[in-house]
Amino acid sequence: MATLARLQSRSAVIGNQYYFRNSVVDQFRKRENDAAIKIQSWFRGCKVRAYIRYLHKRVTIIQKWWRSYLGRQHYQLMVKIAYYTTKMNLYNTMAVRIQRRWRGYRIRKYFFNYYYLKEYLRAVSEANDAVREALADFSQTKEREEEKAKLEEEEKKRDYQARKMHYLLSTKQIPGIYNSPFRKKPDPWELRLQKAKPLTHKVPKVKQKSAINLDSWLACTSTRSFPRSEILPPINRKQSQGPFRDITEVLQQRYKPLERTLWMAEPIDELKEAREALRREEWVHNINDNMFLPFSSYHKNEKYIPSIRSSSKYRADSYGHQHFRDENPKKWINGKGFQTVLSSFDLFSNYGKLYSKAGQIV
Amino acid sequence: MSQRQVLQVFEQYQKARTQFVQMVAELATRPQNIETLQNAGVMSLLRPLLLDVVPTIQQTAALALGRLANYNDDLAEAVVKGDILPQLVYSLAEQNRFYKKAAAFVLRAVGKHSPQLAQAIVDCGALDTLVICLEDFDPGVKEAAAWALGYIARHNAELSQAVVDAGAVPLLVLCIQEPEIALKRIAASALSDISKHSPELAQTVVDAGAIAHLAQMILNPDAKLKRQILSALSQIAKHSVDLAEMVVEAEIFPVVLTCLKDKDEYVKKNASTLIREVAKHTPELSQLIVNAGGVAAVIDCIGSCKGNIRLPGIMMLGYVAAHSENLAMAVIISKGVPQLSVCLSEEPEDHIKAAAAWALGQIGRHTPEHARAVAVTNTLPVLLSLYMSTESSEDLQVKSKKAIKNILQKCTYLPALEPFLYDAPPNILKHVVGQFSKVLPHDSKARRLFVTSGGLKKVQEIRAEPGSLLQEYINSINNCYPEEIVRYYSPGYSDTLLQRVDSYQPLIK
Repeated sequence: MATLARLQSRSAVIGNQYYFRNSVVDQFRKRENDAAIKIQSWFRGCKVRAYIRYLHKRVTIIQKWWRSYLGRQHYQLMVKIAYYTTKMNLYNTMAVRIQRRWRGYRIRKYFFNYYYLKEYLRAVSEANDAVREALADFSQTKEREEEKAKLEEEEKKRDYQARKMHYLLSTKQIPGIYNSPFRKKPDPWELRLQKAKPLTHKVPKVKQKSAINLDSWLACTSTRSFPRSEILPPINRKQSQGPFRDITEVLQQRYKPLERTLWMAEPIDELKEAREALRREEWVHNINDNMFLPFSSYHKNEKYIPSIRSSSKYRADSYGHQHFRDENPKKWINGKGFQTVLSSFDLFSNYGKLYSKAGQIV
Repeated sequence: MSQRQVLQVFEQYQKARTQFVQMVAELATRPQNIETLQNAGVMSLLRPLLLDVVPTIQQTAALALGRLANYNDDLAEAVVKGDILPQLVYSLAEQNRFYKKAAAFVLRAVGKHSPQLAQAIVDCGALDTLVICLEDFDPGVKEAAAWALGYIARHNAELSQAVVDAGAVPLLVLCIQEPEIALKRIAASALSDISKHSPELAQTVVDAGAIAHLAQMILNPDAKLKRQILSALSQIAKHSVDLAEMVVEAEIFPVVLTCLKDKDEYVKKNASTLIREVAKHTPELSQLIVNAGGVAAVIDCIGSCKGNIRLPGIMMLGYVAAHSENLAMAVIISKGVPQLSVCLSEEPEDHIKAAAAWALGQIGRHTPEHARAVAVTNTLPVLLSLYMSTESSEDLQVKSKKAIKNILQKCTYLPALEPFLYDAPPNILKHVVGQFSKVLPHDSKARRLFVTSGGLKKVQEIRAEPGSLLQEYINSINNCYPEEIVRYYSPGYSDTLLQRVDSYQPLIK
């Protein structure tokens, strides 16, 4: 209780003290509160800031990681794309190369090839030159041939002329007109005349009777087309001296075709002619010209004529006539031949010779 | 009266008949006598003489009739109306060769005038007997019969078909193989006449094996035979590709070219016709000819002759060039263009000019290179003058216009185009300006030259309807140049300048 009593004794003091003390505290309370708040706020601010800083650090780490992840992903993509594009570019260039080659090849092969065309045109122009040359050659040779023929013709003509003028040739005594003594050299004609054979006297040509001039009947036809006088008069008949008619006329009279009158044109000896014709007909139809004769003696000396087409040298064998004994006559016992077994029929062998002329061969 | 006196009368009569017939035959050779003879009633007098008992009189009467009928178609018709043909046909089969020849001559003379007369001959049944005559031994008879058949067949396809149906073709082919030149000639001409009408007829001729024999004779020295041979081959080849190929397969090719050097003009003409007929079908056949050097030979041939003989050669060049650009190029390098332009300027006749213009158009229409080759030979002005000339025929004008158009549309050779700016009519000017508008944007030198040569000025002077093609071309040319230059060259520019001088306020300080 002492305590209580002490306390009670002191209560007044305490109360005073309490009051006093409270009032002092009250005096400082606001300041202190403010200061505390300040301190607290600062502290708390620091704390929060530290926390936030902490958080920021974490966030940065997270972001770093995330962004690096994203960045790597993007990078991967970029690389892929780049790789892909380069690859595609390469492929494209290669494809272009292939296409270029192929298209070039295809066009050259199937459509148009410049070098080929050039080559072709060159070949064509070469062919053209060759053809031109060949044709020129051809025409030249032809021309030359014609020229030659012409020259030959002229030469022939001149030869003929020379033969015709052969009498102008100079003799030992008298110089010819082509061999003038006042000139150094004789004319070339002189030499030609020397070479030429004089022309023989011309035989007056037998005038061909222009038989109604039938060759020109049809515009086109050859000389063979229509009839001329059928018998030609003999050539080279000389004119005989004397007061005779012109030989051509005479010959014409002599060889003129028979002009039968109308009366004569129809044959009067028809029967005779018919017989003749019949005979001829029969003759034509005979197979064998030889008369049939049954007698062996008439064919004795007949020689066998083999067919043209047979190749063997077949002929009638003389078997039975000679070869019954040894062929060598020295070995024969007697030199005589064999007697034929039967003597011939006289009657037959003499047939036609003794009794009558029937069956005789003319 | 004695028998002799009676017979004398007959004899006299016969003599008189012979003399009459011979005189008439003689008189009929002169054209001036024909009318008199006709008026004298020669037909009715000759007709009974055809049936005379004496063969000579028959023959001579037939000959006289033939000559009369040969003269003109009235007389030929009179022969038909006089019922002479059945007699002739009847005796054609019966009589000797001289008579056959004379009768065939009459048939030929009648049949040559018109299809109706030839039909009348066919109606008489003459064909069969004529065909029998073709088998005759005598070449003269064969010749006359082949000639008559050829004249009948030449009119139209039906008559030809009738001749073919009568079985003439194999015999004609046999006739070609005979040694006589005249017979060969006429048989070849008959084959040519038969095959010219239709592909079928030509095919029958080919089936008879004619081509090989015809082709063999190309080198024959006889010019007239060559003419007929070449004409027959070209008539066969003209119908279809197959037939042309058959002809080519007979290895005619290097050989025919020698005919182009022949002295005879008609041989040349027919040879070029043959080449043309072969070339016109396909590019391959043309190519074959080009490879054989045919183009060069034809060009030489064109150079060596004049007039109508050139025509087939010119057309052949056109056909070859029309097929493809390579072939056209081949024609160009064979020096065909100068030759054609020579033809174009030298030939007096319009149809040849027209053909040359056509051929040039075919050559120049393929590529700028071709057009240039044509343009450098200076043919375009000639073509233009032909087109503009009032004396040219319509066909020539059309052809030359078409050629100019074809060439211009490809031509990029400006020096040749330039003169056209000055003297071409508007419908051609359009193409010229079009070509300039295509070339100038891409060629700086040409642009410069175009200004200095005065082309630009000329272009500014052209009056074109706004919105037309020509105006468009002009605009595209103007776009190639700075505006001042275009304005400088426009007509009336000096006036506008002067106006500006007038309206200018001088600057005074």
